[in-house]
Amino acid sequence: MARALLSGNEAVARGAWEAGVAVGVGYPGTPSTETLENLARYDGVRCEWAPNEKVAAEVAAGVSLAGGRVLVTMKHVGLNVAADPLFTLAYTGVGGGYVLFVADDPGMHSSQNEQDSRRYAFAAKVPMLEPADPAEALFMTRLAFDLSETYDLPVLVRSTTRVSHSKGVVELDGGRVAPQCRPYVKDPAKWVMVPANARRRRVDLERRLARLREHSESAGLNRIEMRGTELGVVADGAAYRAVCEALPEASVLKIGMVHPFPDDLVRQFAASVERVVVVEELGPFVRDLVSLAGVQVQEIPLPQWGEVTPATVKAALGLPVEEGRVSPEGLPERPPLMCPGCPHRGVFWALKKTKAIVTGDIGCYTLGAAPPLAAMDSCVCMGASVGMAYGAALVENERPVVGVIGDSTFAHSGITGLVHMAYNGGAGTVVVLDNRTTAMTGHQGNPVSGVTLSGSHGRELDLEALARACGAEWVRTVDAMDLHGTLAALREAVASPALAVLIAKSPCALLSKCTKDPVAVDDDVCTACGACIQLGCPAISRTESGKAQIDVSICVGCGQCEQVCRFGAIVPAGPACDLGGSAR
Amino acid sequence: MSSVTTVVLAGVGGQGTILAGDVLAKVAMAEGYDVRLSEVHGMAQRGGSVITFVRFGEEVQSPVVDPGTADHLIAFEMIEAARRLPLLKREGRLVVNQRIVLPLPVLVGAAQVPDGLEAALAEEGAIFVDAEALACEAGSSKSANVVLLGAASAGLPLSQETWAEVIASRVPPATVEANLKAFELGRAACLKGACR
Repeated sequence: MARALLSGNEAVARGAWEAGVAVGVGYPGTPSTETLENLARYDGVRCEWAPNEKVAAEVAAGVSLAGGRVLVTMKHVGLNVAADPLFTLAYTGVGGGYVLFVADDPGMHSSQNEQDSRRYAFAAKVPMLEPADPAEALFMTRLAFDLSETYDLPVLVRSTTRVSHSKGVVELDGGRVAPQCRPYVKDPAKWVMVPANARRRRVDLERRLARLREHSESAGLNRIEMRGTELGVVADGAAYRAVCEALPEASVLKIGMVHPFPDDLVRQFAASVERVVVVEELGPFVRDLVSLAGVQVQEIPLPQWGEVTPATVKAALGLPVEEGRVSPEGLPERPPLMCPGCPHRGVFWALKKTKAIVTGDIGCYTLGAAPPLAAMDSCVCMGASVGMAYGAALVENERPVVGVIGDSTFAHSGITGLVHMAYNGGAGTVVVLDNRTTAMTGHQGNPVSGVTLSGSHGRELDLEALARACGAEWVRTVDAMDLHGTLAALREAVASPALAVLIAKSPCALLSKCTKDPVAVDDDVCTACGACIQLGCPAISRTESGKAQIDVSICVGCGQCEQVCRFGAIVPAGPACDLGGSAR
Repeated sequence: MSSVTTVVLAGVGGQGTILAGDVLAKVAMAEGYDVRLSEVHGMAQRGGSVITFVRFGEEVQSPVVDPGTADHLIAFEMIEAARRLPLLKREGRLVVNQRIVLPLPVLVGAAQVPDGLEAALAEEGAIFVDAEALACEAGSSKSANVVLLGAASAGLPLSQETWAEVIASRVPPATVEANLKAFELGRAACLKGACR
C-alpha cells in the first residue's frame, strides 16, 4: 500500500480519478486551482478550463446527461456564477455522476469575501460532503460519485483553505474504477425543465433527499466519537481537526455530510453527553441546524469570521491558551506587490496621470490599488469593472471613468458588461490588460491566450475583433511596456466621444522570465525627484540623500524606470552576477 | 500532543519557503511520522509575507499553528522572523537568515525598519545564518532555502540520510550536488556554532 503526502486538492483529483471520472472542468480560483491541474496529469481524463464557472457547470451537465462521470471545480465565489445551472440540476438529477468541488476561503487569504458554500447546499437542495483533511478529501470525492448516481443528485464537495492547501499522509489503496459511460436515455420528463416537468421533479427531489437523509444518519460520514460524557462537540470540515487537538477529552459528533443534516444522530449524541457545543467556521450555521433538530446548544463565543484553530476553540470554551513571545514594535507591513518587470505597472502609472476614476477587477492587477500607484478605485467581483465603469459614468460628469480588467477576467464575465455599454450608448473606456495568462492563480491558460489545460495551443480570442463586434468604435492595442505610448493612447481613448477599448498587451513578467541585465542609478545625474519611486518597483528605494538606488539582485532590467526618468539617470549596470547580485 | 514537532517557515513570496516546507514534510513522512503541512497561496505570494506550517509526530491533528506553540521558527529574513516571533514557544529554536528584504512601504519611504532589529532577535536567542553566502559557496545562489533547512536540521530529530534522499528527489537534477552541499554547509555552520 503506497503512502503519499497529498494536498487536499491533489487528493480530490485522485479521488475523482479513482472514481473513473471522464471529464474535469472548472475555472481557476484560490484555493481550488490545483485540483483540476492535478486531475489533468492522470491518463484517461479530459480536463479543461472553462471561461467561467457557469459554463464549466453546464459543460459538466452535458457530460452527465450523456452518461459520463464529471468533476467541476471552482472557488466559493465561483459558485455564485455556477448557481443558475446548479439549482435546476438538483431537479433534473444526473446521468453520470456529477460532483462539484468548491473551495471556501475563511479568513480571506486570497479572496474578496468569505461566503459560506454550505448555505448553497441547503438553498439548492443538493447534498454536501465536507472533508476535514486530505485523506478524507480523497475518500469523500470518490464516494460522492457513487452517491450522485445512487440518489440521482449532483453532489457538492466543500473544502476550505486549510483542507485544500494543507498536506497530509494519504494511503493510496484504491485503483481506478474502469470508466463506464451510462448509455444515453432520452428522458424529457427528467431533463426538460419546463414547468410541468419541473413541478414533478420538484416533488421527486424531496423523495431523493429523504432517501439520502437515511444515508446521512447511518453511513459513517457523520459519526459519533465517544470519549468523555461531560462535553459533546459538534464540528464539521476543518473545524473537526481543531477540536480533536484542543479538546482531546471531549466527545465529538463529526459532521462529514452537512446536507442532508443528520437530525436523529444529533439528538442521539445530545442524549449521551451533559452539554453540547458547536464548533464551526463562519457560523452560526451548524449551530442553527443542531438547534432546529431540537437540541439545546450551549453558546460559546466563537468568531463568525476567519479560521478556527485549536487556540480559538480553547479560548471560546474558557480554557487557557499559550502566550507567544512579543514581536519588536513598529514592524513595517509587507503587502503583496507587483513583481519586478510586471507589465501592469506601467498601465497604472499611466492611469494615475489621467486622473480618471478607475473601476478595477479581480487579478494581480488589483495590486494597482495599493500605494504608491493607488490608481484603482474599486474591486468587487469578476467582471464588475466594466459594468461599474458604465454605471459610474451615468452620474459622474467631472472626471473620466475607466474600467480595467485582465484578459481572463474579461473572458470570464467582462464581455457582457461591454455589450451592455455598447447597447445602451456608452462612450466610456475599457482597458483590457492582456498579459497572456491567468497570472494570480498560477499561470493558467485562458481563451485569450488560447493555451488549454492539456497544454495545446488552440484558438486565441481576438480581443480587437470582439470589441468591435460588441460595438466599440475606438479599439487599439498597445505594448504595455511602452509607458509613454500607453499613456498617449489612454489619453486619446478617454478624450474620444466613442466607446473605447484599449488592449494593453505584454506577457506576465514571470511567464516571459524577463531577465535582462539590471540597471543602476547614476548618482551624479539623479535629482531625487522620486518619479521612479512612484512606480512601486520592489527593486527601487531611496538612499539617505533621497536619491534612487536599484537593488541589482531584484532588478530584471525591464526598463520601466528608465522611461519615467526625465534626467537619464538610470543607466545599464552590467550583468548581475558581476555585481554580487542574482541572489533570487 | 507533546510528541508533535511544530515548525514554522516564514519568509517573503518568492524565497522558496513552499519548497522548503515540502522537503521537510517529505523527510518527516519518510521517517514514518504522521505529517501535516499548511501554506497559503495566491495573493500573498506576490512578494508578500508568506508562512508555511509543518507539524509531524505520531498523530497530528491540526495543520495550523497557534501563538506560543511552535518548536522551531525558520525565518528567511529578519523582518519576517520578528513578525512571526509570537508563534514560537519560549523554549523554541529560532533560525534566522541574516538579511533584510525591504517591503514596499519602506522602499517608498512610507515606513521604516525598526532600529535594533538584529539585536532584538539576538536577544530572543536567534541562531543567525548567512544563507545567501553559504548558498553561493555551495555553488547555487538559489539554494539559500536549503541552507536554512540544513541549519534547522541540526535541531530536528530527522536523519541526515533521509534529508539527502528527499532533497535529491525534489530539486532540479542539475542542482542536486549544489543543494546537498548547501544543506551540509547550513547544518555544519549550526553544529559548529559558527552561525550564531
